[in-house]
Amino acid sequence: MSEFLQHLVNMLVLGGTYALLGIGLTLIFGIMNVVNFSHGVLYTFGAYIMFMVVNQLGLNFFLALPVAVIAGWLLGAAVELILLRPLRGSDIDTTMLVMIGAWIAMQSGTLWIWGGVAKSVATPFPDEPLVLGSVSVSWLRLFVLAAAALLIVATYLLVNRTKLGSAMRATFQDQDTASLMGVNVDLVYTSTFAIGSSLAAAAGALLGPVYVIFPQMGDLAAVKAFAIVILGGLGNITGAVIGGFILALAEELGAGYVSSGYRDAMGFLIIIAVLIFKPTGLFARSERVG
Amino acid sequence: MRSGIAILIVAAFASVPLWLRDPYLMNALITTGIFIIAAMSLNLLLGFTGQLSLGHVAFFGIGAYTSALTSLGFDVPLPGGLRVVHDPWPPIAGFALAVIIAGLCGYFVGRLSFRVRGAYFVIVTISFAEVVRLVALNWVELTQGPLALNNIPSIALPLPGFGELSLRTKLQNYYLVLAVAVTAYALISRLVKSHFGRAMRGLMENEALAISVGIDVTRTLTLAAVISAAIAGAAGSLYAHYIRIIDPEVFAFINTVTMVIMVISGGKGSLAGPVVGGLIFGLMPVFLRPIMTPEAQWIAYGGVLIVILFVLPRGIVPSLMQRFARRRKEVRAARSLPFSKSSAEEHA
Repeated sequence: MSEFLQHLVNMLVLGGTYALLGIGLTLIFGIMNVVNFSHGVLYTFGAYIMFMVVNQLGLNFFLALPVAVIAGWLLGAAVELILLRPLRGSDIDTTMLVMIGAWIAMQSGTLWIWGGVAKSVATPFPDEPLVLGSVSVSWLRLFVLAAAALLIVATYLLVNRTKLGSAMRATFQDQDTASLMGVNVDLVYTSTFAIGSSLAAAAGALLGPVYVIFPQMGDLAAVKAFAIVILGGLGNITGAVIGGFILALAEELGAGYVSSGYRDAMGFLIIIAVLIFKPTGLFARSERVG
Repeated sequence: MRSGIAILIVAAFASVPLWLRDPYLMNALITTGIFIIAAMSLNLLLGFTGQLSLGHVAFFGIGAYTSALTSLGFDVPLPGGLRVVHDPWPPIAGFALAVIIAGLCGYFVGRLSFRVRGAYFVIVTISFAEVVRLVALNWVELTQGPLALNNIPSIALPLPGFGELSLRTKLQNYYLVLAVAVTAYALISRLVKSHFGRAMRGLMENEALAISVGIDVTRTLTLAAVISAAIAGAAGSLYAHYIRIIDPEVFAFINTVTMVIMVISGGKGSLAGPVVGGLIFGLMPVFLRPIMTPEAQWIAYGGVLIVILFVLPRGIVPSLMQRFARRRKEVRAARSLPFSKSSAEEHA
């Protein structure tokens, strides 16, 4: 039982960052209809920004997180303006392959800049974990959970309470009508991609210090983000949050009770099972069959 | 005329070992040839049915592992005290089994994943390949996991009356790969020109219309997936017996991406496309190696993919064909009009 409680606590920490990854991708995929293979690289990029600011520049750990978010926002906006805006209106396969090209080039770029040796980020938290009864959790992980929760709420408010958010939702529902009503669709697209990218960078900046940082760390993160989007449905923020926690729970239980080697298989198995047995997703309208 | 050109091209490829002595380049040509076979099989799905499978490396890897395990033998304990023991078989049997088992996997994956389309089909196929990779990594009793399967025997051709010929040298492997590639090309070419090929293209152009004229969608797509997977399995088997060591990295996503780049750059839906794209991207590292570090090469790799999609979105071969066709039409038009500008210039 205490083992199970420990898995639940780990699930909360992991699920929060997975939710960030998922929200970023579900916005991009849902609103822009772009299968964003560069999402994982933005995750890696966020982690390396964290490493650069804390270890290489020697600045404060808590300052590094906003820096990573802003850097992710800028890189996302640049990718959208340079690669996706000229391809507006081309089919989904073309944009997907362009994003694969961007992924390969940017991942090799991080390898070029920071090298292939795994890095770890110095953190200001004490080494002793917080012990509550039979469950223990490190202070770093608690901080990760709190920061992720804050960012999730901020994104929710941005999409549901601001003018930009209602323009995003209108574009998601019907791009042509939104554009007729005076929504600047180009601006919505660039903002969406930038926001989604900054969330991926934030997830990387938060999980990077928990594990180690290496150039290929984003590959699995990207697939997990796809799994979360498929679970939660396109453009559905609440769905992405729930999907993130379901995936984290499946991974924790899979690693704990089946075999730790298959931890990363859980996301893929979820994708296959959901798309084959309930292709409409758990919370979405039927829009992906046929 | 067309078959004459085909024979000339095959003869040109067959003559390469006669004047090319550099072992490094020969090695690059053999591995490129193996990947071209895999890219041709991907093109059958992507170019002729319009389904982008980003898990294609799974069939390549399953072919490689099937062939390697068949010719090495294995002894695997199963849950419940059972054991499966297999004695080594000749590699040529491994090749045949690789084709059959990869084809069977293509059948099951096709039946399951063709329920969804577009981006979702892409994601299901990626997931399938990753699950297979994780099984290869973790089922250590069968696959040795990350320790890799070593000392895979070379393919040996049985020669009646003379025993058998083991293909160990680069020269022999080059001709083996060339023979399989030509066979696969001929097979795909006949297939896409048949009734079945027209059904596939009909589905790609307009699925609703294709259904309404009586094309069985599931059957057509599944058959395409089976043939495509079987050819990819053959390529994987060649790879295993040529490199002679395989580990779970053979399932890496980048290998699928390499195949996709070969097909897209050469021209999807064109028979020669994967060959042209494959030669360019397969040999690119050979020419970039002296001037760039590996990281910079990968950056260039991604950059070239993006540039090709921007500049030649339909691929090299279809764009060139279109240009040739237009020029031929212009020449013909110029000849049929005696007072047109070009013929007037000729007379002047």
